[in-house]
Amino acid sequence: MRRFVTLLKREIQHYFHQPLAYIVLFCFLCITGFIFQLGVGALNGATSQTTVIEAFFDSILLWFPFIVTFPLLTMRLFSEEYKLGTIEPLMTAPVGDLAVVLSKYFGALAFYLILWAPTLLYFVIFHVVTGQSSAQSFSQYFGSYLLLFLVGTFYLSIGCLASSLTSNQIVAAIVSFALICLMFFLSVVTFVFPSADRFLGDVVYYFSTIEHMADFSQGVFDTRPIVLYLSLTLFTLFLTFHIFQHRRWRS
Amino acid sequence: MIKVQNLTKRYGSVTAVNEIQFEVGKGEIVGFLGPNGAGKSTTMRMLSCYLPPTSGTAEIAGYDIFRDSLRAREHIGYMPENVPLPQDMRVDEYLRFRAALKGVPGRRIKERFADVCELCNLTDVSRKLIGALSKGYRQRVGLADAMIHEPELLILDEPTIGLDPNQIRQVRDLIRNLRRHHTILLSTHILSEVEMTCTRVIIINKGRIEVSDTPENLRSRLTKEGEILFEVSAPDPAAATAKIKALPHIKSLNSHRTQDWTRYLIQADEDLREELHNLAVREKWRVRELTQRVATLEQIFAEITHKEDI
Repeated sequence: MRRFVTLLKREIQHYFHQPLAYIVLFCFLCITGFIFQLGVGALNGATSQTTVIEAFFDSILLWFPFIVTFPLLTMRLFSEEYKLGTIEPLMTAPVGDLAVVLSKYFGALAFYLILWAPTLLYFVIFHVVTGQSSAQSFSQYFGSYLLLFLVGTFYLSIGCLASSLTSNQIVAAIVSFALICLMFFLSVVTFVFPSADRFLGDVVYYFSTIEHMADFSQGVFDTRPIVLYLSLTLFTLFLTFHIFQHRRWRS
Repeated sequence: MIKVQNLTKRYGSVTAVNEIQFEVGKGEIVGFLGPNGAGKSTTMRMLSCYLPPTSGTAEIAGYDIFRDSLRAREHIGYMPENVPLPQDMRVDEYLRFRAALKGVPGRRIKERFADVCELCNLTDVSRKLIGALSKGYRQRVGLADAMIHEPELLILDEPTIGLDPNQIRQVRDLIRNLRRHHTILLSTHILSEVEMTCTRVIIINKGRIEVSDTPENLRSRLTKEGEILFEVSAPDPAAATAKIKALPHIKSLNSHRTQDWTRYLIQADEDLREELHNLAVREKWRVRELTQRVATLEQIFAEITHKEDI
């Protein structure tokens, strides 16, 4: 356990040792801030039932910076260690393979949370400036951020998987981006084939992150997506663990 | 300390290490020699629990490298070839991180860090980024990392590669000083280094162990026939040559003349230095060289690793 904590600390520290972390943080805040402002601007003076939080989270604009962050956060996790060869001193220290995989994953998750934490301030600032609440109930905040967390756990595990496959960070980024896009834009299928049968529509609905977000940002909790994301995360991490082990066995 | 039995590693159809078998006792410094691609690094990687062997077993301090891998790793300090290090950390950060990772208790980390810094002369650079260090310093950081948890066994893969002669000497002295507390297995290309530091030499070629012996034994094994250099100035060189040839046990004789000196290269079954000396005294020759040619490790190495190729 102590070794896991040591590794985890190192992983988080590693993010802040590199300029990429600050660039991502900065750009992410600029873009989300801008989107928040657009959302508020669109609602301003309009007669609408939509709350500010829905306007922010349920907007298609937000999803672009959202999905781009995952490959950026995860692409170096394993690839860099393979490339630099630092995996060798790491794996000859008395640490298990599982501890290494989990520390990398949770390190990325921690950075993901750090990335999103300042966006909570937008709602605080909005409240202070306008004196109005940005949601009808607390459950809307909770739902939105819970889903962000759940989606994050799953997409980061995809990033881990992609990074464990190759020593090339660019390849890792492209693979994870492709997989995440595939999952994310599944709901487009129903737009393209509006006449598709109900079964397909249902499947798409169950898997589509955009649909889930629409529900959760209204404060509607559905256990199905929660189970879906958590089980997919576990499965992907399990795959990552085995690929990571396999690489050493094969070589 | 190390017990290797029938250890084999195959990469697809290529057999990198083929059923090797050896033991290393406590306190030994064993030099691993061999041409590139002989299987040195592969063997070391298997012993340090990085690569799983295809077949065979090895034990480190009584722990199986495969079944008790984590336990075995606690007893090993491994320095990989070319010393891969993270570029983004400072030397002290890295060494403290490694100490914690290798299970050094929190209260002892500071002390261990100070110790290895002093041993490896890293005190001046402890606040520098590893990415900004020169090759020599990186090598020393790798060595410090290998020693930080006071392992009983140090496995060093080419510890002096890419260093300048001064640094090589420093590392060599350091390794010799470590002998008191550690068992050391090191691989190298520099043969003089092995002669100076190691108590035993293992020569590996094409995945097999060719020789495992002390440097002295190896040398005597190849020099027992007595190759002697003898340089004299005799009034009648032709007669002198004939007289030397007449000595017992002589197998062959080569001579080379420069003005009034003649240089003989004598191959004999026995050490003929005394007889040659007596002969020269009797005949009143002037002698300026009489030496037994001692085989260097270089020759032994060439002989062992090339015999199949010729």
